Amino acid sequence: MNELHELHVEGLTKSYGAGEPVLRGLGLTVPAGALAAVLGPSGCGKTTLLRIVAGFLRADAGTVRVGDRVLTGPGTHLPPERRSVGIVPQEGALFPHLSVARNVAFGLTGVDRAERRRRTEDMLDLVGLAGYGDRMPHELSGGQQQRVALARALAPRPRLVLLDEPFNALDSALRAGVRADVRAALRATGATAVLVTHDQQEALSTADVVAVVRDGRVVQCATPQDLYRHPADPWVAGFVGDAVLLPAAVHADGTARTALGSVPLAAPSDGPRTGTVLLRPEQLRLTGPGTTGAVRGTVTDVRFYGHDAMVTVSVDGHGDPVGIRVAGPLSVRPGEETGIRVVGEGSLHP
Amino acid sequence: MHTPPESESPEFGTSGSASAESASRPAGASAPAGRERVSTPGGGGGRGPRLFRTAAGRKSCTAGEPAGRRPPLVLVIPACAAAVLALLPLGYLAVRALERGPGYAWEIVADERTLQLLGRSLGLTAAVVAACLVLGVSLAWLTVRTALPGARAWSVLATLPLAVPSYVAAFAWLSAEPGLAGFGGAALALTLVSFPYVQLPVAAALRGIDPAQEEAARSLGYGPLRTFLRVTLPQLRPAAAGGALLVALYVLSDFGAVSLMRYDTFTRAIHTSYRASFDRTPAAALSVVLVVMTVALVAAEARTRGRAGHTRTGTGTARPAVPLPLGRWRPLALLWCGAVAAVAVAFPLGTLGYWLAAGTSATWDLGGLADTAWATLGVAAAGAALTTALALPVGVIAARHRGRGARLLEQASYAGHALPGITVALSLVFFAVRYAYPLYQQLPLLVGAYAVLFLPVAVAATRAAVLQAPPALEDVARSLGRRPWQVLREVTVPLAAPGVAAGAALTFVVCMKELPATLLLRPTGMDTLATRLWTETGAGSFAAAAPYAAALILLAAVPSYLLGRHRT
Repeated sequence: MNELHELHVEGLTKSYGAGEPVLRGLGLTVPAGALAAVLGPSGCGKTTLLRIVAGFLRADAGTVRVGDRVLTGPGTHLPPERRSVGIVPQEGALFPHLSVARNVAFGLTGVDRAERRRRTEDMLDLVGLAGYGDRMPHELSGGQQQRVALARALAPRPRLVLLDEPFNALDSALRAGVRADVRAALRATGATAVLVTHDQQEALSTADVVAVVRDGRVVQCATPQDLYRHPADPWVAGFVGDAVLLPAAVHADGTARTALGSVPLAAPSDGPRTGTVLLRPEQLRLTGPGTTGAVRGTVTDVRFYGHDAMVTVSVDGHGDPVGIRVAGPLSVRPGEETGIRVVGEGSLHP
Repeated sequence: MHTPPESESPEFGTSGSASAESASRPAGASAPAGRERVSTPGGGGGRGPRLFRTAAGRKSCTAGEPAGRRPPLVLVIPACAAAVLALLPLGYLAVRALERGPGYAWEIVADERTLQLLGRSLGLTAAVVAACLVLGVSLAWLTVRTALPGARAWSVLATLPLAVPSYVAAFAWLSAEPGLAGFGGAALALTLVSFPYVQLPVAAALRGIDPAQEEAARSLGYGPLRTFLRVTLPQLRPAAAGGALLVALYVLSDFGAVSLMRYDTFTRAIHTSYRASFDRTPAAALSVVLVVMTVALVAAEARTRGRAGHTRTGTGTARPAVPLPLGRWRPLALLWCGAVAAVAVAFPLGTLGYWLAAGTSATWDLGGLADTAWATLGVAAAGAALTTALALPVGVIAARHRGRGARLLEQASYAGHALPGITVALSLVFFAVRYAYPLYQQLPLLVGAYAVLFLPVAVAATRAAVLQAPPALEDVARSLGRRPWQVLREVTVPLAAPGVAAGAALTFVVCMKELPATLLLRPTGMDTLATRLWTETGAGSFAAAAPYAAALILLAAVPSYLLGRHRT
């Protein structure tokens, strides 16, 4: 088990040439030993963040600290080779001229041969590729290459591991398995890790903490559950999952009046009396059209995904159709009348 | 795509060094194109799909950063040395031409004789370009688009003349008919060695045109001929223009064919003036005029290539065109292809064979031949080694670093591309006589001239080889604790090694065939196969010249063959 180190990023700014800044005072703290996901749309600055933390780019301002070591700060810029920050690039980037074992051992300098061999074997074992040491990278599948890349990054016991959209190149059937293996390997070594991704499912399902980045700033950093349930604003809500957004007026009893009826609020609002209420599609239930307490609507579209289905319903008195996630057997067809009932609480956004 | 440079480069051969280089650069690597490359990060117009992927994979974030990672000093210092060496001749040429005052230089340039030379050079260029366009476009169309029997074999055969140095072609024709000397002979020899420069890009462009366009024209009532003229030909124009400019460069900088054919163009006049007179200013001034002309052509060529690249991108054909049946034209088409193959390939080889057979062991100096061959291999190896060593840092910087400094270095190393061999040699002679007399007529000066002339070949090869290795590998190596020079040694160089070696082999071949610089700079008493062939042919002793021509072709064929195997 490694000594654990916290990653602390503060006030990071960066612009390229005279263009718009890519990072605008980005701050982020990843607890020691945690796996954090940095989630954002392309162009939000997440790759720039990763490259600054790794030392490939210089920040214009701000600090990057791992444990009590300042890697980047005013007047400080440690070169990448002195940071002890491992990276797992997109598509693995294994050295094609070296065998798997020599790839993994690449960062193990200054240790004797026996220790090197042992550590290499341990790492390959950790990622489930024991016995693959003599293969060349091109003889491995994409998922195997990605796991070797992780073993290579972990071998020198870095203080921090950065994963740059490492599952992008894998096809979706393979992705979930490799993701789980990577998570397990990171857990086993206890390394603090940052996973950069634009895939919200990947972020929510893999990470302990998710930082959502927009326009060069972290807009919210929370556990996956908190992030999904209590997004900081409607944009985050829509980015991390399907959202039903309803204009609402708050009543004296603390509930919000919306097109889907009155919705209890998670946090009683004593501020604004009007705003937008956020619900998730799985908080809506289909009922018979005449059920009391239900709002009437017309089914406009049904998309079946296997494990569940998304039913789109246009509600009288509300402009945009709302999405309803239905698990289990489906009994509605487009054009049919239906009722909608809200389950649980919504959150209010100004 | 099948550009001539990448796939056919082994066979260049020639005194016209500038054209050889320009053709052996990969399409995206031209110096002027560097500017566009930087301004469109990730755009990668005209480059291979692999490069495009790496560029896109790194996100535009890393692309345009001017203050990004500076190239390490281990690279910068030798790269600057290479750039200085490459620019030295050009700079010194200007100094030398103006030494006796701009008025004197202008007198020479504005002299009636100079204007006459200009007319002759341009006339020869125009004639050769026109003939090459006719030969190149017709052969490309016949082999790519029609049901010509043996089309593949004909198209391979049509690229073979690139392996024949212009002075070998001149030797073949002169030895058969000494009366050919003059404009006609020079034009004939040059046309027959350089038409593939047009044929190859035009054939590639033809393969890239979507046949659906021609089908649409036919369905709209156009006959085959009108379709070709109105739909196909306009799209071939960029490729044909690019090829024509390469031919023009080749002709302007050629020394071997024009000197053997005793037709006075700039290169021959420079040589004569240098040899005949103690006043070196006329040679320098004429060289400057020649350099200005070739630089203009290089710039023009780079521009058309940029545009041609755009028309080519994204026009991948879904299916091959249905070959046009030739009908009653078939015998004529076959006759045309056969005639070109006969005069461009069979004739030089046949003549060579004839003279080899006609020579007796008495006229053959086997010991001399072996010595000359050995000396040729030696200087070519030294030239290839120095050129590759100088090209390595420049190529790595050009592939990995952006920004003004990196661009300047790369462009400086391409100076040799614009310089005819004779002018490089002359400027090095001037320089050595003035500042480094011990080097004058010594081997290092000749090897240095090879480096200046062929640096573009080696830089382009190195750059392309380094680009094949994803930059992410270097990032990973850094993150695993390697310093920049260790990354270079352990990752970049091993990955680029096969491409760099191919570049070295190609440089070796072009060094071996180089004529004008070798003539001027070789140490007293040393001969290469090329100079010996030139001397014997010039003296009319064709049977004595033949063994040298055969040895040259055989020796050059070995690395060319290895290169061909490497590429496929």
